Amino acid sequence: MMNYDNLLNRQAAEIKPSGIRRFFSMAAEMPECISLGVGEPDFKTPWAIREAGILSLEKGKTWYTANAGLAELRTEICSYLKRRFELDYCAQTECLVTVGGSEGIDVALRSLVNEGDEVIIPEPCFVCYTPLVELCHGTPVPVELKAENGFRLTAQQLKDAITPKTKLVILPFPSNPTGGVMRKEHLEALAEVLRGTDILVLTDEIYAELTYGDTRHVSIAALPGMKERTIYINGFSKAYAMTGWRLGYVCAPAALIAVMTKIHQFGIMSSPTTSQYAAITALKDCDDEIEEMRTEYDLRRRYLVSNLNRLGLTCFEPEGAFYVFPSIKKTGLTSEDFCMQLLHAQHVAVVPGTAFGSSGEGYVRISYSYSLEHLMEAIKRIEAFINTLNLE
Amino acid sequence: MKTDLILKVLEANGRASLEDIAAATGYTAQEVAARLDAYQKEGIINGYRAIIDYDKANVNRVQALIDVSVKPKKNHGFDEIAEMIAHLEEVDTVLLMSGGYDLSVVMSGKSFQDIALFVAKRLSPMDDVVSTATHFVLKTYKKDGHLFGGELKDERGLTTL
Repeated sequence: MMNYDNLLNRQAAEIKPSGIRRFFSMAAEMPECISLGVGEPDFKTPWAIREAGILSLEKGKTWYTANAGLAELRTEICSYLKRRFELDYCAQTECLVTVGGSEGIDVALRSLVNEGDEVIIPEPCFVCYTPLVELCHGTPVPVELKAENGFRLTAQQLKDAITPKTKLVILPFPSNPTGGVMRKEHLEALAEVLRGTDILVLTDEIYAELTYGDTRHVSIAALPGMKERTIYINGFSKAYAMTGWRLGYVCAPAALIAVMTKIHQFGIMSSPTTSQYAAITALKDCDDEIEEMRTEYDLRRRYLVSNLNRLGLTCFEPEGAFYVFPSIKKTGLTSEDFCMQLLHAQHVAVVPGTAFGSSGEGYVRISYSYSLEHLMEAIKRIEAFINTLNLE
Repeated sequence: MKTDLILKVLEANGRASLEDIAAATGYTAQEVAARLDAYQKEGIINGYRAIIDYDKANVNRVQALIDVSVKPKKNHGFDEIAEMIAHLEEVDTVLLMSGGYDLSVVMSGKSFQDIALFVAKRLSPMDDVVSTATHFVLKTYKKDGHLFGGELKDERGLTTL
């Protein structure tokens, strides 16, 4: 009998599995369950993009690409970043096409984090940063974001978290799960703390196209003096509804991209070729499609925020991504109990805030990547559930 | 023109309540009500109705698309004859078309015979109608954005982080 426990990589074995798997599988077994739990767009990839992928297959473009990605795609990525976010990156030396934003985060962390390096992670946040830092033998330093700050990282919180061992700050905005965004003035306050230090920023801007209101998303990399200390992550999944295509990119100073490309080359070879051809069309021709999807998300966002506040599940106005993060504190239940009871009583699945870090206690994540009609039915059920709780 | 959010909500769901529309668009329910009144007066909104699969409801109903070629009039173009056809109560839809014929007329009746009689007795004899070609609908797969074979299943996982 093999004892695999003794054979496993210790660091990998020690990664904590997600604590809410039990809850997810319970929801999956409930056929009448309606979900508000999904973290990907409900839209299909715009047809022009799919067609470009199909066309590349018809032409037989089925080989590996250059390790860093198709030159044409990298050129389009850099001109897109300039056009939409005023970012200046060199397509040849400062851009790497990855298997989703996720691989970008992985190679960035692996090329920077040494044993004992501290990585500041604002929570609640997406679940990948902590385990990936741990795999590099780094030390995650969680910082608890507050609802009263709109779940933003403040300059004071950043200062308080910095030690001589700090290597990197993760900046995951617009935020999954809170919908919080960092506007230019908030980013400027952080930049002020970081300029003149050796601390790097890993900014995960996968939801950059999905912000609401009149002000467009601003990247910290666009602020004076920040490009040289920033690793910029983005991808096609959320903006273009391309989750299944697995395509993203990292932009960073050339010396860092060179190391990331080395890791990517040995671990991955090159990102999927069909997806890369499709993505060229996405960047060139699909600004209008983004706008259409954003208008639709915005309707749903307003609908949910207004109704959740009406039901007393207060939420601050989420300005980005496609999530709202209402407080369930007035019910007196823990996040997990709330989700479990809502699932059993009304067959609605929402995600406990604690899935995104312990600071998510007292909140749940509700996704609005669903039709308005679906959300209307869900709100009816949530209202019925709240009414049974007999709150004053 | 900027997307009208009220119309966008109603286009997807004609039964959305004033409160629901208000929540989604950011207007108050009173504002939505006032806008809807205005839209109805201006003929922007012309009605609300269910999208029914009559086969499933076991209702006898036959639908036909009739290509109509007409003689346009000097001062009225196609409008005069199109409006005359539109006023026949059996007719559901009248569209002026580009291409091989002029008007596309959609109508429904209880039986094939109903429709055949209508075409023979009322439509064809009209002065300016030159010719008609009647196509009966055999089966409806999709109507106004709704699949009649059952909506597509959400293939995404129930929960992903």
